[in-house]
Amino acid sequence: MQELLQSLAPWLNDNAIFTPSTLAQYWEGFVNTVQLVFISLVLGLFLAVPLAIGRASPIRAISKSIWLFTWVFRGTPLLIQLYIAYYGLAFIPGARESILWPLIKDPLYPALLAFTLNTAAYTTEIFYGAIKAMPRGELEAARAYGMSPMMAYRRIILPSALRRALPAYGNEVIFMLHASAIASVVTIADLTGVAYNIYARFYAPFSAFIFVAVCYMVLSFSIQGLFRLLEKRMLAHLQPR
Amino acid sequence: MVIIQRRPGAPGGPFKRETMMKRLLTVSLLGAAIAAGSAQARDYDTVRIGVDIPYVPMEYRTPSGELAGFDIELGNALCEQAELKCNWVEQGWDGIIPGLMSRKFDAIMSSMTINDERRQQVLFSDPYLVPPSAWFAPSSTQMAGVESSDLKDKNIGVQRGTVQDSYVTDKFGDVANIQRYASADDVAVDMETGRLDIAFLDYPTGQAALLKGGKYKTMGELMTEPKEYFGDGFGIAFRQRDKALAEKFNEALATLKSNGTYDEIHDKYFNEDGTNAPQAQE
Repeated sequence: MQELLQSLAPWLNDNAIFTPSTLAQYWEGFVNTVQLVFISLVLGLFLAVPLAIGRASPIRAISKSIWLFTWVFRGTPLLIQLYIAYYGLAFIPGARESILWPLIKDPLYPALLAFTLNTAAYTTEIFYGAIKAMPRGELEAARAYGMSPMMAYRRIILPSALRRALPAYGNEVIFMLHASAIASVVTIADLTGVAYNIYARFYAPFSAFIFVAVCYMVLSFSIQGLFRLLEKRMLAHLQPR
Repeated sequence: MVIIQRRPGAPGGPFKRETMMKRLLTVSLLGAAIAAGSAQARDYDTVRIGVDIPYVPMEYRTPSGELAGFDIELGNALCEQAELKCNWVEQGWDGIIPGLMSRKFDAIMSSMTINDERRQQVLFSDPYLVPPSAWFAPSSTQMAGVESSDLKDKNIGVQRGTVQDSYVTDKFGDVANIQRYASADDVAVDMETGRLDIAFLDYPTGQAALLKGGKYKTMGELMTEPKEYFGDGFGIAFRQRDKALAEKFNEALATLKSNGTYDEIHDKYFNEDGTNAPQAQE
């Protein structure tokens, strides 16, 4: 990467703001943003599937407690959740002596915690909605075949519901990417944080922020393209002919 | 000794949506002004001064809600000396230069460090205070000093976009891990949690935030050099065209410095070495 940036230098024409060193910072910010968003989305997805099934459970204790979880995380701003995870956890008595302290000390893990739980809450509701919207006929057919609820979920409900949830989930992924722009308040040098540093240094808001805006747009469109491909493959049966 | 810019001043004038009516009005007023042959610089008898509160001990509110602080007292004394009537206008830091440009107020006296970037936007008075920057570490720190070798792999906390940020980034960016915070309070909180090994702040702020309980101490010397980082000290900012007003304040400042009023106010808030006097604490 360093050599690549150095080889760019002649193209930059001694631009005051975009030098190999600031581009290296932007690259670092790009990597941090992608890493943060990707890991929290993957973890959130794995949490959301069982939570969505639990949310649809006929046992009230389970469905209500999961409803409470999504209600809390969807009802409060992500920024506040991030503050609580980063500053709050450090002030729990004994936190600094615990074996978890190296994790809490690093800003990355509290941010991952907040982002993961937040996206898990939204994704749970998206999947739950899709499960609720299962055509009754399919469920009855599954029962008529003698499938246990477990098997019906595995073979009928989940494959169908997760597919139909795909477009809404694609939105959630893009929202998460944009929401990650607040990571810099807990000192993570993500794309926005780097842009803020460079703006503060050179007093050049347009150059600093438009450059990251373009980075975010490239990421958003890539995600959009990816989901369009997925939808084409997995929702082929719903396409107009 | 100087501080840095606290938070970065938002550069550039505000984006203003202008209606046709407004534009017509501006044009006709401009025409009237030119016709009257008067230059744009007005004579002020009332000056509105923008200030970002709180920034102990420079500007803050007392428990009873009164404005207090070095900037406030010195500003009031300057206005009295210059025979001007002054009103203080509260304005958040990020919008403080745009606020000046859009005539929400006529001057900024809010611990603003004079530097070249800001000089392109505003006109500064002579510096009225040059506060030092300093290193702050827990009293129990194992660090022997503040050289590159001591700071290797340490977490250094700074306020984002300040002169301290620029200095630390350039000098220790390769060896240490620099964490940037939106405010000095956030730096103090993360010193408390133990995430930071050391912080580099302007002295008055660091003293107010960290030195009260005896849990922290300063390391190394108080710093005001090199000038290319730490600038020329705090100045009062005016719009570029208000040269006469800036001149009035400069004269008043010179008078206050020679007649002892300045020292009186300074001693109320700072000790001889530039550290905060005890009664100036919250």
